[in-house]
Amino acid sequence: MEYEPVIGLEVHAQLLTRTKIFCGCSTRFGEEPNSNTCPVCIGMPGVLPVLNKKVVEYAMKMALATHCRINGTSTWARKNYFYPDLPKGYQITQFAHPLAETGYVDIESRFIGKKRIGITRIHMEEDAGKSIHDESSPSSYVDLNRAGVPLIEIVSEPDMRNTDEAVHYLRRLHEILVYLEICDGNMEEGSFRCDANISLRPKGEKEFGIRAELKNMNSFRNVQHALEYEIQRQRAILEGGGSVVQETRLWDVPQGVTHSMRGKEEAHDYRYFPEPDLVPVVISDAWKEEIKNTLPELPMEKRERFVEQYGIPSYDAGVLTAGRDLADYYEETVSLCGKPKPASNWVMGDFLAYLNEEKLEVTESPVTPRTLAELIDMIEAGTISGKIAKEVFEDMWKSGENPGEIVKEKGLVQITDTAELERIVEEVLEANQEQLEQYRSGREKLFGFFVGQTMKATRGKANPKIVNELLKKRLSPL
Amino acid sequence: MEFSRLTIHELQKKLRAGELTSVEITESVYRRIASVEEKVHSYITLMEETAIGQAREADRLIREESACELTGIPIALKDILCTEGVRTTCGSRILENFMPPYDATVVRKLKDAGAVFVGKTNMDEFAMGSSTETSWFGITKNPWNLERIPGGSSGGSAAAVAADECIASLGTDTGGSIRQPAALCGVVGMKPTYGRVSRFGMVAFASSLDQIGPITKDVEDCAIMMNVISGHDTGDSTSVPTEVPDYRGFISRDIEGWTIGIPEEYFVDGIDPEIEAAADETIKTLEGLGARCTRISLPHTEYCVAVYYIIAPSEAGSNLARYDGVRYGFRATDGENLLDMYKKTRSAGFGAEVKRRIMLGTYSLSSGYYDAYYKKASQVRALIKDDFDNAFKKCDVILTPTTPTPAFRIGEKVDDPLQMYLSDIFTLSTNLAGIPGISVPCGYTKSGLPVGVQFMANHFEEGKLLQIASAYEKNSTIERRRPDL
Repeated sequence: MEYEPVIGLEVHAQLLTRTKIFCGCSTRFGEEPNSNTCPVCIGMPGVLPVLNKKVVEYAMKMALATHCRINGTSTWARKNYFYPDLPKGYQITQFAHPLAETGYVDIESRFIGKKRIGITRIHMEEDAGKSIHDESSPSSYVDLNRAGVPLIEIVSEPDMRNTDEAVHYLRRLHEILVYLEICDGNMEEGSFRCDANISLRPKGEKEFGIRAELKNMNSFRNVQHALEYEIQRQRAILEGGGSVVQETRLWDVPQGVTHSMRGKEEAHDYRYFPEPDLVPVVISDAWKEEIKNTLPELPMEKRERFVEQYGIPSYDAGVLTAGRDLADYYEETVSLCGKPKPASNWVMGDFLAYLNEEKLEVTESPVTPRTLAELIDMIEAGTISGKIAKEVFEDMWKSGENPGEIVKEKGLVQITDTAELERIVEEVLEANQEQLEQYRSGREKLFGFFVGQTMKATRGKANPKIVNELLKKRLSPL
Repeated sequence: MEFSRLTIHELQKKLRAGELTSVEITESVYRRIASVEEKVHSYITLMEETAIGQAREADRLIREESACELTGIPIALKDILCTEGVRTTCGSRILENFMPPYDATVVRKLKDAGAVFVGKTNMDEFAMGSSTETSWFGITKNPWNLERIPGGSSGGSAAAVAADECIASLGTDTGGSIRQPAALCGVVGMKPTYGRVSRFGMVAFASSLDQIGPITKDVEDCAIMMNVISGHDTGDSTSVPTEVPDYRGFISRDIEGWTIGIPEEYFVDGIDPEIEAAADETIKTLEGLGARCTRISLPHTEYCVAVYYIIAPSEAGSNLARYDGVRYGFRATDGENLLDMYKKTRSAGFGAEVKRRIMLGTYSLSSGYYDAYYKKASQVRALIKDDFDNAFKKCDVILTPTTPTPAFRIGEKVDDPLQMYLSDIFTLSTNLAGIPGISVPCGYTKSGLPVGVQFMANHFEEGKLLQIASAYEKNSTIERRRPDL
């Protein structure tokens, strides 16, 4: 029988606010354990939470970007469970009335085409701390720096039918969060975390099968592999006539398998109830509008606009819009040189290569849109050849100087003087009699050799188009 | 003349006139403590050394004529209020050695107003009780009769005021914990409107019901204390930015033409006849002042105890989850693993009543029971609030007895939780509705135990309560007595 996977994802994204959700402590990652703490976030007696307004605004941005309905009034709840890294013995979250509901994200890929993935809800909550277990010591340690760092949880509908769709959806969410500058998206540091609910059903069946919840997948690849593994595992059970057990399973990265963490019977009863220490979050239409106005153009829209406005291939548009800074860099370059496709080639090619090589951010590049545009202008004007331009770019990268100066200093201006080039071509042919003979006797491949020799003789400065024409004329049968 | 007997306003006059110093008052208070504390046991922690220092500082400020509202006045704090660098136990073993690194907002406000802190008063463990018998630190006795309970949970704060072991005190009231002990100890106690006083730094019992308030020797002192502790606090999201009037301005105004609602549901079988008689006497006095009394109905009164004992334990169970032995407070050292450490710590750290309420609350919130208990209780709570909204369309204030009986004997109800819970039957409703209430002494039983009368008003109408309470206080003919210690 053919089985169809049904996948829903729960994403936790840490928000990039400067301070925690209910106190003034810093959210900075990697500090001395328990240094970013205060009586509120370590749950001392008698302290009270006070909501950080920025958290609501960031969450609203995500809700708007994913077409969710923002509730005029949403409420807080306590999720009760005992664990050493949960200082109050409950997590303040949203339960009955979340911030936002019923949105969607569109995904697209070569394999799956276009598809719309529903978003059930987005709610705000606080993160827990971290427990640190030292194998060599009988004690465990707790670091509460993360306790109270704001999170949004984004819950999808069970709309995904294969791992590809799941990973695409995840990448899309990731991209939007980073674009909105509300989450750094770092999966390894846990600022973007994903849990999955996955079940199988016979193809054509309407009812969902029994699902497993997967945890501990801290990269896109892990999500993909864990889901693939889980599909196989569940299929094997079903094909063997068995039934899947409803449980929470952990992805074991080194082993490449999922392990049962706890069954349905051991599932926590979180005893949710309304948080009496906080008043409801009331969002006016005016506030919603205000936040809407701060939304940047989102990656999907930008991609479509780039194709339309600049006439570049959608592949180029995809690469160029992968980050907001890169897209801005490209657009500025185009606006200065007016040549979208060459600009795209340069930004996607040498620019990204150098950037990656030196692990720099777009904004840290020594080559600015202005100098790059100047370089492109010089190529298009025939002042320098494309080959020379690559050298010039390297110099620009190293020195930060503008291309005009480099070209002038190094005498790299392209030789377009036909008379001079004719003289050089003659010299080349003269010096390579043997090859000339061979060419004339039919080895036409040697044409490229003569072009190369001519370019070499001019240290690359010759206009290759003219060199080609001259050689063609000179070597054609008399 | 022992200065510890005087009220805040009497002492203020003498301090400003230079007739006596804060150091003299404070020493007088500690002399009184030295002579009666062994019998009454109002305090868990005394702060004599810092108090004398604060008194000296107060005297300096008074000399410089920069005194504030409470400069130099010795005040006691219920040990549920966090005090920076002074242990705060909440009457529990689990916080036996807890030293908060912060002051509760009310503590800071009292400090800013110049108060001298006498000590931290005894209380039922985590404010769960009506007799101050559940404290890990021993039982507080009623100064009027040492074989009887002072009421609770703010029993230490009420007894300390009644026994002149301080000039005034702060208590907290979740279901009557200020008003009931005030009534049983013959002093004045007010629970303000929910949101009137910041809860920041009050160790939480039931967050949607808790409110801090004063326990004082007379109504004017209550107004003075309210002036200091009221107001919005950005540290407490549930505190309300409604303007705070000058409460002292409500003292000594008449109540001519007021309508006083007498809820029929509060005058029923089971109420002690002497209490009922005292309430009737109070009504007559008020009518003599030009007020009109009218029978009203608060139809959902019979559900108050049930609703309260679902909502309060539900919130408490969650609020007390943080006492797990991980970060501060008591930890059992013989735990074999995490779960075992939790169990042993909480088993040994909490007393029986606290455990009972944690279990009640955990049950009420459990999946499958939530709708029948917590949710239903929340719905009925809304109806109880509606009762009051409707009642206040017909009257200015509501009058009821504060308690159904005078102070009972130590041990009498401690093993009968239901009987104990019923001793708050007249005070729970204001907490559920969020409205303010005040208890004022209104006489004595034949055996010499104080009796209190309760007034309730609409949200943020503490002024009305102070007005009628002070009018009654000034015009009642009951004799002024002091406990014989």
